[in-house]
Order: sequence, then C-alpha cells, then structure tokens
Amino acid sequence: MVMTSGMLRFHVPEPEVRPGGTPDFSNVPIPKAGSVPRPDIDVDPRTIRDMAFSIIRVLNRTGEAVGPWAGLLTDEELLEGLRHMMTLRSFDARMQMAQRQGKTSFYMQHLGEEAVSCAFRKALAPGDMNFPTYRQAGLLIADGYPMVTMMNQIYSNEADPLKGRQLPIMYSSKEHGFFSISGNLATQYIQAVGWAMASAISNDSKIAAAWIGDGSTAESDFHSALVFASTYKAPVILNVVNNQWAISTFQGIARGGSGTFAARGLGFGIPALRVDGNDYLAVHAVAKWAAERARQNLGPTLIEYVTYRAGAHSSSDDPSAYRPKTESDAWPLGDPVMRLKNHLIQRGVWSDERHAQAEAEILETVIAAQKEAEGHGTLHAGGKPSTREMFEGVFAEMPPHLRRQRQQAGV
Amino acid sequence: MPRRTMIEAIRDAIDVSMARDERVIVYGEDVGFFGGVFRCTAGLQAKYGKSRCFDAPINESGIVGSAIGMAAYGLKPCVEIQFADYMYPAYDQLTQEAARLRYRSNGDFTCPIVVRMPTGGGIFGGQTHSQSPEALFTHVSGLKTVVPSNPHDAKGLLIAAIEDPDPVIFLEPKRLYNGPFDGHHDRPVTPWSKHELGEVADGHYTVPLGKAAIRRAGSAVTVLAYGTMVYVAQAAVEETGIDAEIIDLRTLLPLDLDAIVASVKKTGRCVVVHEATLTSGFGAELSALVQENCFYHLEAPVARVTGWDTPYPHAQEWDYFPGPARVGRALLETMGA
Repeated sequence: MVMTSGMLRFHVPEPEVRPGGTPDFSNVPIPKAGSVPRPDIDVDPRTIRDMAFSIIRVLNRTGEAVGPWAGLLTDEELLEGLRHMMTLRSFDARMQMAQRQGKTSFYMQHLGEEAVSCAFRKALAPGDMNFPTYRQAGLLIADGYPMVTMMNQIYSNEADPLKGRQLPIMYSSKEHGFFSISGNLATQYIQAVGWAMASAISNDSKIAAAWIGDGSTAESDFHSALVFASTYKAPVILNVVNNQWAISTFQGIARGGSGTFAARGLGFGIPALRVDGNDYLAVHAVAKWAAERARQNLGPTLIEYVTYRAGAHSSSDDPSAYRPKTESDAWPLGDPVMRLKNHLIQRGVWSDERHAQAEAEILETVIAAQKEAEGHGTLHAGGKPSTREMFEGVFAEMPPHLRRQRQQAGV
Repeated sequence: MPRRTMIEAIRDAIDVSMARDERVIVYGEDVGFFGGVFRCTAGLQAKYGKSRCFDAPINESGIVGSAIGMAAYGLKPCVEIQFADYMYPAYDQLTQEAARLRYRSNGDFTCPIVVRMPTGGGIFGGQTHSQSPEALFTHVSGLKTVVPSNPHDAKGLLIAAIEDPDPVIFLEPKRLYNGPFDGHHDRPVTPWSKHELGEVADGHYTVPLGKAAIRRAGSAVTVLAYGTMVYVAQAAVEETGIDAEIIDLRTLLPLDLDAIVASVKKTGRCVVVHEATLTSGFGAELSALVQENCFYHLEAPVARVTGWDTPYPHAQEWDYFPGPARVGRALLETMGA
C-alpha cells in the first residue's frame, strides 16, 4: 500500500517540451506501415479494441504502399489526390498572405493536415454530407468546389455566396456536401449524427461525416454525438483530427491521462480506428472502410487521425510563444504532400521535375483565381455585399420589426 | 365541437401534423413508448412507429443538436424538452445554431424545427420546474417564440409552428394543461371541458404565428399578457370592475405590435403581466415598445406585474406568482385610483 502524506496535490498536464527546448516525440509510438490488420466491416467492435491504440499506416519509410489497407487507389486517383493537397497548400499560402496584406480580416491554414480532408472526401459518395470544422477545406477542394467562390467568401466581397455575413473560411455548400461552418466548436458533431439519423429514418442510402479537433472533443456535444450515434446506430463517421494542438493547449489537456482519442469510442461500443493522418492512402482506406460500414447499416465508426498542426492556429496566433519552432520538423509522421509525392515517384508515375512543374502550375491557377476574386472586391476595397443583405435571411420571411429596422438603417 | 384539454390538443396537433407530413419526427425524453411525462405524445409511437416517434437519451443539447441535423437533411423534427427549466444545456444549439443556420448559410441550409417545452409555475414546481425563460429566446435573432393559453390556440399554433420554415420555441404553460387557472389556488380548478376555448376542432387548422387575440374588449386600460397570466388578468379585471382590454399575445416573436399599439392608443394606459422575473424580462421590451409607439397617448406610466427577481421558490409559491390581487392593484394604480 502506498502511503501519502495526506496532502493532496493538483495535477495539470504539460507538454514534453516548451519554446527553447528540443522537440521530442519519442512518447508517440509509431507502428510499422502495414502492421495493423484490416477487419471485415461487420466486425464485432469488441474484438478490435486494440485498433484504438495503434496507428493504421500504408506508406512506409521508402514510400511503398504496404499491408492490408493498401491497393485501393489507381495511379490517376493518387495523382489527383496529390494535386488536391498541393492546391490546398498553395491556396492556404496565398490566403495567409492576403490576410497579411489586409485584404481580409482572418485566415486559418491546413499546413500538414492536407491529407485528412482531401483523402477523406474521395471515400464519400455524392449526396453524403460532411459537418466540417474550419480546418477541412480540402473537402471542398477535392470535390471541385470553385476556389474563386472560396476566396469570395474569404474577402466578403460582392460575389460572396454568404453575402458578407460570415467570418472568412466559414464556408457553406449543400451542393458539395459541406455543411455550414459555425464558430461554436463541436456543435456540428451532434448535428451530423442527427443528419445521419434522418437518412436512416428516411430509408435513404446517404451517410454523414462528423468532424472535430482534438481540443474540441472536450466539449459536451462530443459526448452527445457519441451517445446518439451509439444509441441509434446512426450511419455516421465520427472523425477526430488530432493535430496535437488546440491553439496553445497541447492535446493532453483535452485527452487527460486516457489512452487515445479513438479510445473514447470504445465505451460507447463504437468501433474506433486510429490512422496516420499524414498518409493519404491510409486516410482514404480507413474512411472507405467506415463509409462502407455506415452504408451497410452497421452503424457509426470513430476515426482518430494522428497528425500535426504545422502552421499557426490562425492568422491571429503565434505558436512560437508556446511550442518549439522546429517541432513540426520533428513530427515522426512527416509531411503528407512529400510522402505521397515520394510514393508516386516510387511507383514510377511522378518525378521531382514534374512535381516542381505542377507546383508552378497550381500556383498560377491559384493566383488567377485570386485575381478574379479580387475583381469582386476585398474586405476593405471594391465591391461589397449590400447592407440590405444584413437584414435578409434571419427568417424565411422578414417579420415587421426587421422591416422597420431595415428602414431605420436607410436601406 | 369536441372539447379537449391542452394536453389532448397538443397531442392532436402533433398527430394531425404527423399524418399530413411524413417528414414530421417526434422525440424527446420519455416521449416514445411512455407517451411523455405530461402525456402530450401518448399513442403516437404505436400509431406512427418508432422511426417517427421515439425516446431520446437524457441530453438536451443532443436532442436539439440532432434535430438541427435532421432539419438540414430535410425532415421537420418536433422535439420536446421535458421542462423549460432544462433547456439550458441546449441553449448553445438553439441560439448559435438553430437560430443562425439560415442566416449564416444564406439559405443554403434551414432549420424548420419546433422545440416544445412545458413552462411556467403555479404548480409547486420549485426552482427547476417553474421557470419562464421566454426572454432568453426573444432576445435571439432567428428564433420565433410562441406561448399558447388555451387548447384551441395550442393546437392551431403548434400546427402552424410545425409548418413554419424557421425554428420555433413552443412554450406550453403546464399550469394550463388540464384547465384554465386564474391564480386563485384556493378554489377548485375547472376543467377545459367547461371552457369555450376547450373546443378544439378535429383535423387540420392553424392559428397564425405573430397574431395576438383580444380576450376581453375594453376601453380603460390595455393588459398585455400571455399563457397563464391571461386568466389571472381576467380575474383581476372582474374583481376590480375596471373596463380593461386584455390582449393575449400568443406569439412573442414575431410580435403583433399593431394590435398592441391600436389598443393602447384607444385606452391610453397599459399594464404588462408575466410570470417571468422582472429585470430584462419580456415585459421590458413590451413596455419600451408601448412607450415608443404610444407616448403621446399614454395617460399613466406603463406598469409591469411580474415574478420577483428571485429564483422560483417552493414554499412561497403564492407570494411569488403574480396573482389576481397584485394584478388588480396595478390596474387600480394605473387608473389613478
């Protein structure tokens, strides 16, 4: 029996390293690529509990696709995936710069997390609905949503589909299966479950995908979503993007001393997988597995994407104040773009030259889109949405008190 | 015409709506098999099946959040929060999500949900079975807030709410579920079967949202009330003999300002009555609107008779509840008596 002094001590978790220290991820065990088995989709969740503590990986150190989760995508599909990730990265860089130039008020990058949303999108079918956070714009890019429209939203200009009502990057596109983004964290997680319940109630074949970050799993709506998904066996994929950081807060603050975020699903009887979030092939394969499960009415799946937020939290954030500057370089799962690039070179369908050429082409496309968007105005210059739009859409029909206020506003 | 209690009228409204539109889905805590702790959904699961009427986990945010997702899909959920006092865990979903979805997505997604909540006191419900949180909803742009006061309106307003394209908070005064109540707790309560507004037509009809009803025409003073307070006001008027005009607002937002202004311009005086606490209550909005719109017609300050600014007590129920005596005093003072 351990004797204590009788004086309690308060525990506050701390990351391994702070600014000035040497980045150290030795506490993150990385299983070998190909080492995690691929169960049947109708597996009894109780028999795969260990998957919540491992990491499904396909691409190995030399860029080969190995193991039971490999082999789902053709060369063309992989080349397209690489292009999507490179486009998102280029888009991010330009929009981050546009924010610095005062063309918009705010931006959030995906740097290092491009594989998660780009590969996931390719596992869904038309009509499925994502309930994204603010860091899954790859869902739009990979679905062919026009970049110009995204930029119009970021600039809140006269062509902004959301009429200037929303903060930059809070996109919405029903047509592209991308639910309206809200600033309130985790709210959309339970909404995704409700959407999936509705699909089941309607005897439809569509499924929903819920998205949340590691930090926001601490919100109560994460719990609500898991309870409802489990109770009603809703056709939903419950995605947790563990990028290690919630603004300045390391993931241990949200996770506590528990094993993994994936393990949160086990208490609800929800099969829980952990996947290498920087491995395009692994993300796609796992998403496909979960999508098939949901579509076969086998219920929800929880997926934790293990990745690293390489950029700042947002254009208003400076990570050097709370983590080592070189930490992203030390991240053991590398960079998703480089890893897919190496795999395609290894497959003999890509080269450094073609990559450099593609980078230049993509940049050109993004700049062209940016020019077009800026032709419609930026936040403080050029065309902007009508002030009348401020009063529209609160309700389907404008009630008398809003009509009076619109009149008072002189519009 | 058949007479129904408010409970039966609400149940009938849901039944009619479910029969007319298979997108109407009903759920909440104890709502399914058992038929609700107040019996408002009795028999619906047996009639429409578990896919359309079912029990929910005890998780208000989950109930409202999932309903928002269902609405985004294209269904019309009519969900229940067992007591309005327990809506707070869902407040984030109601105010930041349901209320804003149409606006923030520019109509790409909409939220035609109804959230039913038993509200109000007068039943020895204590702190968490008596609250009247309507002002917490009327302050939120994008929500509609409805409070019926009788079975006929309850059915018509609820059907209108379910058919409405926007989120509606439907507050049901549980004190009125079985019969009208005028605050005279020492007298036996008459059932709805003895009241003309207990007449509830079969089948489909609506009472439009945003329209008030004049319960008693009068010329001396306008009383603005809703829910249980409509009957309290009626008792106070009878007991004081003042020729008051009693307006049952029915919908708090959108508000029938035209009806209010027309009446106050006629009477020149106004008394606002609600159960909810005074400070920043909905009465403050009503009082301000009357002052702004009827200033030159007012012959006395607008009076407010409300619950005190305290949590709802248990033992002191009838000292808290704004009964006919307090309302009567306010009427007399407003008349300058």
